[in-house]
Parts: sequence; structure tokens; C-alpha cells
Amino acid sequence: MSANLTALAYLIASILFILALRGLSSPETARQGNLFAMIGMTIAVVTTVIDPDVVSYAWIIGALVVGGGIGAITARRIAMTAMPELVAAFHSLVGLAAVLVAAAALYNPGAYGITDAAGELKVASRIEMGLGVVIGAITFSGSIIAFAKLRGIMSGNPITFPGQHPLNALIGVAIVALIVAFAFGPAHWLFWAMTALAFLIGFLLIIPIGGADMPVIVSMLNSYSGWAAAGIGFTLENTALIVTGALVGSSGAILSYIMCRAMNRSFISVLLGGFGGEAGAATATRSDKPVKAGSADDAAFIMKNAGTVIIVPGYGMAVAQAQHTVREMADLLKENGVKVRYAIHPVAGRMPGHMNVLLAEANVPYDEVEELESINSDFPNTDVSFVIGANDVTNPAARTDPQSPIAGMPILDVDRSRTVLFVKRSLSPGYAGIDNELFYAENTMMLFGDAKQMVDDIVRALQ
Amino acid sequence: MEAVDPFIFRLAIFVLAIFVGYYVVWSVTPALHTPLMSVTNAISSVIIVGALIAAGPEGASLSKVLGVIAIGLAAVNIFGGFMVTQRMLAMYKKKK
Repeated sequence: MSANLTALAYLIASILFILALRGLSSPETARQGNLFAMIGMTIAVVTTVIDPDVVSYAWIIGALVVGGGIGAITARRIAMTAMPELVAAFHSLVGLAAVLVAAAALYNPGAYGITDAAGELKVASRIEMGLGVVIGAITFSGSIIAFAKLRGIMSGNPITFPGQHPLNALIGVAIVALIVAFAFGPAHWLFWAMTALAFLIGFLLIIPIGGADMPVIVSMLNSYSGWAAAGIGFTLENTALIVTGALVGSSGAILSYIMCRAMNRSFISVLLGGFGGEAGAATATRSDKPVKAGSADDAAFIMKNAGTVIIVPGYGMAVAQAQHTVREMADLLKENGVKVRYAIHPVAGRMPGHMNVLLAEANVPYDEVEELESINSDFPNTDVSFVIGANDVTNPAARTDPQSPIAGMPILDVDRSRTVLFVKRSLSPGYAGIDNELFYAENTMMLFGDAKQMVDDIVRALQ
Repeated sequence: MEAVDPFIFRLAIFVLAIFVGYYVVWSVTPALHTPLMSVTNAISSVIIVGALIAAGPEGASLSKVLGVIAIGLAAVNIFGGFMVTQRMLAMYKKKK
């Protein structure tokens, strides 16, 4: 196939990738979008494989079968609650693949046609290769740490030590210096030195970040994996990689921004880390104001006689595996003529949109699930808000107390509904380590207990 | 006038693709942000084309070994990413 035809095939693949993302604007078109992406990937791979220089089919097919098999089995078996870990693990693989491809191009630049007249790697390619391999290596080691934290292999607490930021800055400067030196002379040790330092900085950048900030970090690493692919695309002069890298890079950047905005935190402060560990909870002052507690029967009675109920699920619901029972409860309420909807805060799960997937898995129709912006104005006209597994995202202090650590954070205005039912084990604070004044409000009834057990009891009372 | 460096063409494509990505991703419904991440993950594995070229030549070389490993890693992502996206999207159902 001529170079022109190859370039056109890559263009078609790129367009199919754009259409795939476009399809995600609605659940109805999303499946078709995913199909477009698969066709695009097939076109890109087939176009490359039929190149006359690519003849080592046995090895290629072997690697595809082994890798594809592992991917397929993982995709089939993974629990939906574990999606954040899976995505973090996948990001690390893209990062490592970028490093390996850059190294392969370093040892055999002729195969990619990126040599100058003297047979050496071109200067421009060296700079691009340096950027690609560094971002790829950061993506790899950063995602490994994110994976370990999300999986619970490593504590979610921020790990900080004195001199952390100056050390990071120093390594950053060293990496830039190595890239510049590599541009002047393509010594292999320079390449490997920058790769090693990039692995190190990826690790150091993620260890100080607490569990609560993980949605931002997973999105940020998503973005990095895209920039790494684009960097390699420039090195190899491959437009399919450049376009795809740009799409993925901007997608991850937008998701990071959305997550930061939802927590009212700046991206820089997330990166500096040290926030959102479980340790924060111990320092919070517990209020001794009176609390109204109720039973499952009370909750069932109140909701059965309500006109409208909004369920506010948080990650705690998923941890307790209560989503299926919650849907059963909603079904019973609907049979009683109650209008039931779900309100999702952008950071309700451990990654963007995570809670929506968990509810979809529990057979909650997606048109009953609403986002913060669209449902917040409905709370004053709502009889009952049923909060389960969420805490900080309902804390009115974000609106009323400028001194609060979460001041200005967008919250779900459940306190404005007529009655709030709050399922919780105890009065302990959430991730932000602050007391929730909603617990002590006139219109709040606390339902103390395990989320799953409590909803089970409510379901029984409703039957 | 002298010819434009091909690098500038690629840069132009890159910048325009960022703009396309920006507008397309803002129109993605928040309910599908998790599938968005898994599908972008799968498509960023188009880096496999670089690995295929490295693994392509006959005989044994360091760059070929690196290429074969990279194909394997990217394949995990491609198959895993697309399949898990499909699995998630199949769960999104409308009210009956």
C-alpha cells in the first residue's frame, strides 16, 4: 500500500474514533459509537500489518492472542465497583507500551523512516521521542500507584515527606536537561536516564495524593496516556496516533477539570497532594447536638406516604453492595404511586460517572438518574430525600459556612427537601473530615446501620 | 516561497484534533463518563501501530523484542477496553 493510501486509512480510523466519542452524548447512540471505534482500530491495525516491511506474522499474532485473551477475560470478569482500578491498570499499560515503542524506534529508527542523511535519528524526532517516552513513563508508574491505592494494596492516605516538592522540581529540571542533551547527541544512556527519572517522578507525584482525590488523578492519567500516544505519534510521523492522542488527552483534561470543579479544588492543589486521607477523620470535632434517629419501619412509612422521593447514592452504597436492594425499594415505592428519582453528584463514585454505571448495573433506568445541575432546583418541592452512602456532597456547610474546608463546593441541596432520611453507620464525618450539620437538622431522620441491612429492612417493611 | 516543514502539518493536525476533542467531549453526557474513559483508553492503544512496525521485520533484534511486548500490552488494552465498554453500555436501559 502506498504511503498516501496508508495515510488516508489512518484518517478514516481517526474519524471513526471521533464519531465514537460523539456517540457517547447519549446512551442510545453510545453502543454504535463503540462499534465505530472498534472498526477504526481494526482499520489502523490491518493497514499497518499489510505493509510489505511487516512480515513477522507469527510473533505478531502470538502477541495479539495472548494480550487480547488477557484483556477479554479481564473485561468479562471485572466487577463494576472495580472499574477505577481497571482503568488505572489499563492506563499503565498504555504508558508502558509508549515507552517500549519509543525504545524500539531508538534502536531501529530506519524501520520508521525517521533517520537523517547520516543514518542517525533526526533532531526533531529525538525531541519528540524524549517527550513521548517521559510522559509514557510517568503515566506508567503514576497509574501503578493509583491502581495500588484504589485496589487497597496501598493505603489511601497521602504519603508526604519534607522536601518533597523541591525534590520533584529537581527531578523535573533534570528530565528537561536530559531531553535537551538528547537533542544534541542521541546517546542511548541519555534516553534511559530520562526514562528512569520519569518512572521515579510518576511514582513521587501520585504517592502524596489522598483517596478522595483519586477521581481527579485517574482522569489526569487518562489525559497523560493520550499525550504520550501523541508524543510517540510525532516521533513516528503517524497521524492516526497524533489525532487519537490529542482526542484522549483533551478528554482526560476535561474530566479532570469537571472533577476539580465538583470538589471546588484547584488542579494545582490536588497535585500538591496531602488531602483526603482517612486520617483526617480523627481530627474532626464531634458535635453533641441532639439527633433524631428512626427505624426502617419509620422510613418505609414516611416514603410510602410521600409524593416524590429523591435517592442520593454515594460510594458507601456501592461498598455495601446495596444498589440492587435500593432499586428494589424504588420499585416498591413506584408501585405505591411515589415518583422516584436518583440524584448523582459528579464525585459520587471513585471515577467520573462511576455511580451511573453502578446504578445501570442494578437495572435502574438511566432516565431516572439525574445530574446535580438538573435536579438541584427540585429539592424544595421534594417530600423525601433518601441519602445512602453519601456525606460531604450533601453538607450544607459548603453553602453557608465560608470557613468550612468544603466551602463553595457544589452540593446536592437535600436539606431543602421536606424530610431527609440519612442512612449511616454512625455520626462520623466523611472524607473531608468535617461534621455534617444536616445530621442535626429539624427535618432530618438518621437511619443508623449498615446500608444494605437498612435497605433490606425497609424493603421488608414496604412489602 | 519555501516548502512548509511536514512537522508543521502534523502540529496543525494535532492542534485541530485537540479542538475537536474539546468540543466532542463536552457534549458527552456525564452519565457516560466512565465508558468515555474506558473507550478513550482502548483507542489510545492505537499506539499498537508503532509496535507492529517494530515487530515487523524478520530475524531477531532488540527493537523487535520490544515491539512484540508492546503489541501484547496494547492488545490487552484494546480487547479489554472495548469489551468492558460494551459490557457497561449494554447495562444502560430506558424506563419501560
